[in-house]
Amino acid sequence: MLAFILRRLAQSIAVLLTVGLVAFFLFRYVGDPINGMVGQDTPAQEREELRTKLGLNDPAPIQFFRFITNAAEGNFGLSYRTSEPVSRLILERLPATLELSFCAAVFALCIGVPMGVYTGLHPRHWTSRALQAISLIGISLPTFLIGILLILLFSVILHWLPSFGRGDTVQIGWWTTGLLTWSGIKALILPSITLGLFQLTLLMRLVRSEMLEVMRTDYIKFARARGLTNRAINFGHALKNTLVPVITVTGLQLGSLIAFAIVTETVFAWPGVGQLFIQSVQFADIPVMAAYLMMIGLLFVLINLTVDLLYFAVDPRLRGAGLARAGGH
Amino acid sequence: MTPPTNYPPLLEVKSLRVEFPTRRGTLVAVDDVSFDIAPGEVLGVVGESGAGKSLTGNAIIGLLEPPGRIASGEIRLEGRRIDNLPYEEMRRVRGARIGAIFQDPLTSLNPLYSVGRQLVETIQTHLPLSAGEARKRALDLLKEVGIPGAEHRIDHYPHQFSGGMRQRVVIALALCAGPRLIVADEPTTALDVSIQAQIIALIKKLCREHATAVMLVTHDMGVIAETADRVAVMYAGRIAEIGPVRDVVKDAKHPYTKGLMGSIPSLGVRHDRLTQIDGTMPRLTEIPTGCAFNPRCDFRGSRCLGERPELMSAGASRAACWLHDRGGVGAPAAKDLADA
Amino acid sequence: MADHSADRSALGDWLHRAADSDIWWSFKSSSLTVVAAAATLFIVVVAFLSPVLAPHTPFDPATLSLSDGLKPPVLVSDDGDWSFPLGTDDQGRDVLSSIMYGTRLSLEVGFASVVVAMLIGITLGLVSGYFGSAVDAVIMRIADVQLTFPAILVALLIDGVVRGLISVQRHDEVAIFVIVGAIGLSFWVQYARTVRGSVMVEKGKEYVQAARVIGLSPVLIMVRHVLPNVTGPVLVIATINLGLAIITEATLSFLGVGLPSTEPSLGTLIRIGNELLQSGEWWITVFPGITLAALVLAVNLLGDWLRDALNPKLR
Repeated sequence: MLAFILRRLAQSIAVLLTVGLVAFFLFRYVGDPINGMVGQDTPAQEREELRTKLGLNDPAPIQFFRFITNAAEGNFGLSYRTSEPVSRLILERLPATLELSFCAAVFALCIGVPMGVYTGLHPRHWTSRALQAISLIGISLPTFLIGILLILLFSVILHWLPSFGRGDTVQIGWWTTGLLTWSGIKALILPSITLGLFQLTLLMRLVRSEMLEVMRTDYIKFARARGLTNRAINFGHALKNTLVPVITVTGLQLGSLIAFAIVTETVFAWPGVGQLFIQSVQFADIPVMAAYLMMIGLLFVLINLTVDLLYFAVDPRLRGAGLARAGGH
Repeated sequence: MTPPTNYPPLLEVKSLRVEFPTRRGTLVAVDDVSFDIAPGEVLGVVGESGAGKSLTGNAIIGLLEPPGRIASGEIRLEGRRIDNLPYEEMRRVRGARIGAIFQDPLTSLNPLYSVGRQLVETIQTHLPLSAGEARKRALDLLKEVGIPGAEHRIDHYPHQFSGGMRQRVVIALALCAGPRLIVADEPTTALDVSIQAQIIALIKKLCREHATAVMLVTHDMGVIAETADRVAVMYAGRIAEIGPVRDVVKDAKHPYTKGLMGSIPSLGVRHDRLTQIDGTMPRLTEIPTGCAFNPRCDFRGSRCLGERPELMSAGASRAACWLHDRGGVGAPAAKDLADA
Repeated sequence: MADHSADRSALGDWLHRAADSDIWWSFKSSSLTVVAAAATLFIVVVAFLSPVLAPHTPFDPATLSLSDGLKPPVLVSDDGDWSFPLGTDDQGRDVLSSIMYGTRLSLEVGFASVVVAMLIGITLGLVSGYFGSAVDAVIMRIADVQLTFPAILVALLIDGVVRGLISVQRHDEVAIFVIVGAIGLSFWVQYARTVRGSVMVEKGKEYVQAARVIGLSPVLIMVRHVLPNVTGPVLVIATINLGLAIITEATLSFLGVGLPSTEPSLGTLIRIGNELLQSGEWWITVFPGITLAALVLAVNLLGDWLRDALNPKLR
């Protein structure tokens, strides 16, 4: 088990270095870092001196090493657009994105999994068929369109919920939260649904097909033959066996939640890192793009490691290798 | 026939018919099957795959997979009709009064729970025991089915057991609540040959000790000969012959059984070659009129083509063959078969 | 010459099998699929005939008049004008005609990026599977890393990089190529994996060894054997990806980094309309939105059906 985790750690570091390499190439070769620091009229010689001073004329591997160590310290230089430190820009906006993604994930899990279990257990019931059909529509609707339609209905027509911004937020240390005020929570509702709906339908369809698969297995039939209650069979035996794929997909989808937060944040003028990233793409603000890339890479790696650890918690066959030998004497 | 006893039979199956509605019409997979099992008796059910033997077993434990359904007939356990029980009541019978053992021990156990947990769960479903008592019973059962080191093996997961050991766990699970009948569907087919004999011996021993009756479904005539008290031979959804195992093995009355026996090699008897039955069992969509076996039968008469034979007495057994019809016409005489 | 006739008979054989096959039967027996296919066909035909069919040429400034601006759809308001059945936007552009032109653009970008992804993926898959070892490891690691990032993010990054490399004015001119390239590059992995898997299987087979011995190019032999094997899976991936590519393009355009407003796709139209949504002019957003959803839904239904029909195991 330890060997497995170490191997996974090594893989994670390799992924991070690859992402770092891409970010470095962006940072160093696509945009010119000097432009962010000097005026348009700075003479070429002065630029060259600054270049040497900053080490931009050093060999690429040395620069890469420097880039990575700086990145590890959270130093990504200054934004081309606002001339502020990139790390500060990102930290300011990170809480908004994380709260949004968290709420969306909770929404998707708490509704998607039960719906999947229900449709998996009663595949022929008309509500299951209806849910299955609706879920296909859910998968076909682009996120931004869902957001717009929700705004049209709940903000423009019904005036129930706000259509942009975070509402009132409370500052706790460097973290700003919208979860502690009524207006903050109201502001979270539409964006969370928008962001979570796609994942919800995906989870529902996945849990459904896994449930259908598991219900056909011999051990479920044997569990019935043992006279176990339906409750024990459906929720104890079947649901637990669907968990491994569900965890995998949930992990992967957490990553795409953060990516699709870009879209949701644009629709709802949500002041998160996604909006920052879109602005940086539009203005070719390379340091921000590089930093965002690194941040996403780190998040994905952390999520994947968590998923691996959850496998161990769920599936004894994975921890088994060591145990079987210990118990086999 | 079994000698008449004062006891009512443990299990009575009367005119059981199992159908599968399909797009191309209804298939009759089990047709007019009747038999009894006495308390503590081992009934072997033998036949080729598709003969309806596993479906009969599934119908008894109430777990026919949809769209399969019992179309008519009755199943009684200890005199109580169980084929038409609501799901919840039948669930209380399954595991408690009727245990089941399936073919593949590798897939019968939930891989995510320890065997102890699966045993305790089954015990507590059917018996009013505390967690501690249930665990003690689980441990006793594991010892009884011959799991070495049961004390620490109880917390192991199925993948940590070998195939034979897993089938022992499955047997322990079937015995959890002390059932009166065990339906064992091909319990040794998925195992190594060397393990098969052990498992069969174990089932036989446990059932004798617990006075549990067994319906042993298999395609292996050797296993039946070794284990069963009586045997039912199934062909194309019907019983071809049923009787005490000695009689059926030594002196088969139905030409199909005869062929089946001829295809088992035995020690000490010289065979020039093993006999085999030509052709294959008909598909359920193409069962011929008259006797279902007639296209493959060497003794086919005109009557076999038009009229379906019911079970009729033939010595100590009963066989569904016109050869044994006293005073029948159009069929060859029984002595031809004896000569063959 | 011989090759030619062989190809033709292979095609004839294929057609014969197709008409006779379970696939055709499964198509005919799934009414939802037939509807989806008809809807897709309808949208594609109308979109590509938009220069002929559309009542207006919405992106020719000479034909626009501000006095036609913000007319509501005829069916919901008496202020509507029958020459603008779905209403107009703030510039006086006919929404219906904009949708027809926009759909054409969305479809073009969708198809083109699927083709780009397919070409990149199949090539890299063949190379990766054939050469194995280091080349394979590099390509597949890149695939792994890329797969951890959602396609939309990859496409956004590529677009951002291009913007960093060229000027903004130039960018609008080449925007469509950038988008096609960006989407294509973000969807190649699945094709590469499928083709690579098939190549690995074929590579071990004796005919490849034999071809090598008699001096034929094993590459050529393999391409001719592998490609027919992967036609089915690749077709399924392509259909499902077409829906995804259309959504991705619409999303990028909605985010303002896709096609410029001088050349609007459905996504751009929705973005333009979204700015007017708060004041109640919903039709400028909603009709392109419905069109987009219907198009993607129809394509996804076809993809779902194709996957099930070609993969009986999955059913």
